[in-house]
Amino acid sequence: MPPGHVRTPAYLRGKTGWVERRLGPLPNPEQLAYGLKGDPLPLIRLRFCMADLWGPDTDSPDDTVDAEIYSHWLEPAEGPHAP
Amino acid sequence: MPHDHHDHLSPSGHPYRPDDDHPLTYWQQMEIAVRELLIEKGVTTAQEINAQIDAMDARTPSNGAAVVARAWTDPAFREALLADASAATRDMGFDIGSLRLIALENTADAHNMVVCTLCSCYPRNLLGLPPDWYKSRAYRSRAVKEPRKVLAEFGVTLRDRTTVRVHDSTADMRYVVIPQRPAGTQGWSVDALAALVTRDSMIGTGLPKSPDAA
Repeated sequence: MPPGHVRTPAYLRGKTGWVERRLGPLPNPEQLAYGLKGDPLPLIRLRFCMADLWGPDTDSPDDTVDAEIYSHWLEPAEGPHAP
Repeated sequence: MPHDHHDHLSPSGHPYRPDDDHPLTYWQQMEIAVRELLIEKGVTTAQEINAQIDAMDARTPSNGAAVVARAWTDPAFREALLADASAATRDMGFDIGSLRLIALENTADAHNMVVCTLCSCYPRNLLGLPPDWYKSRAYRSRAVKEPRKVLAEFGVTLRDRTTVRVHDSTADMRYVVIPQRPAGTQGWSVDALAALVTRDSMIGTGLPKSPDAA
């Protein structure tokens, strides 16, 4: 976990999701938390499958988690990821 | 003969609650110091601080219930709410300020549930202060991992083919769940419908009250 006011939860790091909707641009909270001017960044609502987060043996693999992630934490995934 | 054998019980038979006369924590001292400095330097006043606390305490889940009941009865409002919940609820007088609100509609196929795994983000303008369990580590960590078990503990059991959609309020959005309108409420007034809408049904950990119970 990097230091600072990071709004990207550890359980989603390295996971693949798909875009649920695009929001923003909104000021970067990692800068706002230190009294700085927040650079406007796209905020992406991503949807993740429980199976992708917790493995295929999880209770209900087709249930989902949505979260808002600032764009500088994202990179394009290799292939399309069906909902 | 006070204090001889029964001093753990009050005269009315209730246990005494221990006094909270322990030292202040670091952050309690910090809050008091900053507040007193702000007042001393004329940035704010004790009256303004109390007025703000009163305003925060005055917000209750009845605000959210009014929004849900209107969405059940007014199709144009429902559409506006799902398109831009900040604007639609601001028009009803429930301003979310600089934050943004998303309304999540439950359907026969999908049940929505809200958590803030990182802290305690909550649509306070519609629901008031969050319940203690919403801020607990247990709820925050389990809601995103085993939501059906958590829901079962709240007394909510869904059909297997209903998808559970958990929404983690990680950043700038706040979420309110629009539960399904209970069957058997055709022709009910907006106020009567609002009385069925519970706080937990708008977090997604509950369902509206049954019309029989109203």
